[in-house]
Amino acid sequence: MSPSPSDGSHGIRISRVSKVYPGTARPAVDDVSLDIAPGEFMTLLGPSGSGKTTMLSMLAGFVGVSAGSIEIDGRDVSRLKPHRRNLGVVFQQYALFPHMSVAKNVAFPLQQRRMPKADIETKVAEALKLVHLEPYADRLPTQLSGGQQQRVALARAVVYQPRALLMDEPLGALDRRLRDQLQREIARMHRELGMTFIFVTHDQHEALTLSDRIAVFNEGRIEQVGTPADLYERPETLFVAQFLGESTCFRGTVDRQAGVLRCERFSVRVPEAPETGSGVVIVRPERLELCADETEVPESHNRVAATVTDVVYVGTHHQVGLRFADGTTGMAMRLVGPPLPAAPGDDVTVAWDPAHQAVVADPAGAAVSVPEVRSATPVLP
Amino acid sequence: MTTATIKAPPGVSPARGAGRARRRAAGWLILPAAALLLVFFVYPIATIVWQSFTDPAPGLGNYVALLHDGISVTVIVRTLVTALIVAGSTLIVAYPYAYAMTKVGPRARGVMTVLVLLPFWTSLMARNFAWYMLERRDGLIDRMLGLIGLDGVVLLGTVAGVTVAMVQVMLPFMVLPLYSAMKQIDPRLLDAATSLGAPRRRAFAKVYLPLSVPGMLSGFSLVFIMTLGFYITPALLGSPQQSLVPQVIGQKVSALLDFGGAGALGAVLLMITLLVLFVVSRFTRPFTALSGTVGNE
Repeated sequence: MSPSPSDGSHGIRISRVSKVYPGTARPAVDDVSLDIAPGEFMTLLGPSGSGKTTMLSMLAGFVGVSAGSIEIDGRDVSRLKPHRRNLGVVFQQYALFPHMSVAKNVAFPLQQRRMPKADIETKVAEALKLVHLEPYADRLPTQLSGGQQQRVALARAVVYQPRALLMDEPLGALDRRLRDQLQREIARMHRELGMTFIFVTHDQHEALTLSDRIAVFNEGRIEQVGTPADLYERPETLFVAQFLGESTCFRGTVDRQAGVLRCERFSVRVPEAPETGSGVVIVRPERLELCADETEVPESHNRVAATVTDVVYVGTHHQVGLRFADGTTGMAMRLVGPPLPAAPGDDVTVAWDPAHQAVVADPAGAAVSVPEVRSATPVLP
Repeated sequence: MTTATIKAPPGVSPARGAGRARRRAAGWLILPAAALLLVFFVYPIATIVWQSFTDPAPGLGNYVALLHDGISVTVIVRTLVTALIVAGSTLIVAYPYAYAMTKVGPRARGVMTVLVLLPFWTSLMARNFAWYMLERRDGLIDRMLGLIGLDGVVLLGTVAGVTVAMVQVMLPFMVLPLYSAMKQIDPRLLDAATSLGAPRRRAFAKVYLPLSVPGMLSGFSLVFIMTLGFYITPALLGSPQQSLVPQVIGQKVSALLDFGGAGALGAVLLMITLLVLFVVSRFTRPFTALSGTVGNE
């Protein structure tokens, strides 16, 4: 799937949309713009209260926009009633009609579209086949398990070939095993239907495994939009780095001329330092090497002394807890198999290739996004 | 209490046995209430029914008389029609109110609940006299309608006047079961229906309305049955020419000393009530017809 944004005539274009609920000071969604290409699997990821669900509700039309516009296939739908938008919506709590059988639930959107009865039967059968629930057509929703109910909801939301499928934490109410199963099912449906999927979740694993692109929401704004690999390997903000996956974060002051980030007791090479001021170097745990012997490390690599605080065995790998000289804590990951070079209490050299690190502004530091502001704190040698 | 005689079968885990023992003990807790009902409810009703067959002479004489006295059948039909109208009107007034209760915030819901319950905390007599003042000639209603050119609207002594007052008295019995049924309906269902292509109004008719039927049935049957036995309101606000069954029973007992006839009429009323409950319970799960009143927060 091409992650390139659409040209505006196709797909979904969210332009500078805001939502302010009456009686609240902070907007729930704050000036958000996002282009979603046709057929793309876009995930809105963020903690609860970050505005992702409000954004989805505005797309569906359940709540109005306070400012901005939403275009679908080149047409402004911001003022359109939900039943005129032709979108499919799947809810966390399934929202199946409890007084209708599975087949009647799936037939409901087709009846609203005044489809002939014979066609409805064919379509319903096809949709139930898609989610492997043909034998359950005559059951009531309450007679199904949670996972089955959500599959019925999926069938109901795609049976009329809507322009996009919106899902609001669809796996949130399910237990772990069912969640993995349904996750694969959703991925398969996306492949088979070629439909635009917009998926809201707070679960980073769901986001990473399912999405073509992810938009990370925080406090009503989008922090970063990108492919899962983009976000994981090249986070642009500290929030994205910390929300997606584990990381070790070195805080310090960027010295652009020297090409280093100066921390309290050591400095880290930053060949592509974007700005000057407070900065954070982020390294993912699988990029950190643990060396007893410093001479093995290539010259170009960063190296910092650390003490191993603990080692946790998690099946496929060991998580090695680290404490650096300036008090920063971090984590390295070693596959199970090769012997661990260190035990808790040992001093080790931690090394990594600067190509695998990300440098972001420190939101707790000075206003780094403004280049004129020079660091006021004296740089330690 | 049959539960009191059940013994835990061998092999039952101690925990389950203990639970059963506790339930058995709980069975004794309803004894006082059961005894009270037996003495002051079952016994009098049995006596009344017995008298309807034996007083003044054994046989079905009292019931045959009801069919032929030229007034009882009319009164029974009028009572049934009045109860239907009252239950129907109460439903129409209470439905939007109960729906609004599920939509508003917790504070407004508290206020709305108090407003519904307010009549419960006011003496029924006081409320009936209040209606009397409102409905009489030159009362508030008459004068207000006079202002817009409708002269001489006196509700006092008419079926309409009785109905209006009864609807007001019955409102809580409709609002509470409706509300407790409605608050169990997931509001997202309406969003789901509109996203699937149903305009808001059709979504309501196809999804919300059917799901609120149990609440409507329990409220409707409750109000219908209570209206059948309503005495004070029709006696005070209605006219003797338009009497309902309870008034006729009262008259037979206090003025005519016709205990057998009164018993027969009472038994007929009781049969109708049981019939309504039976029919309604065919459409809902057992006991939900009346349990709605208990189910409020």
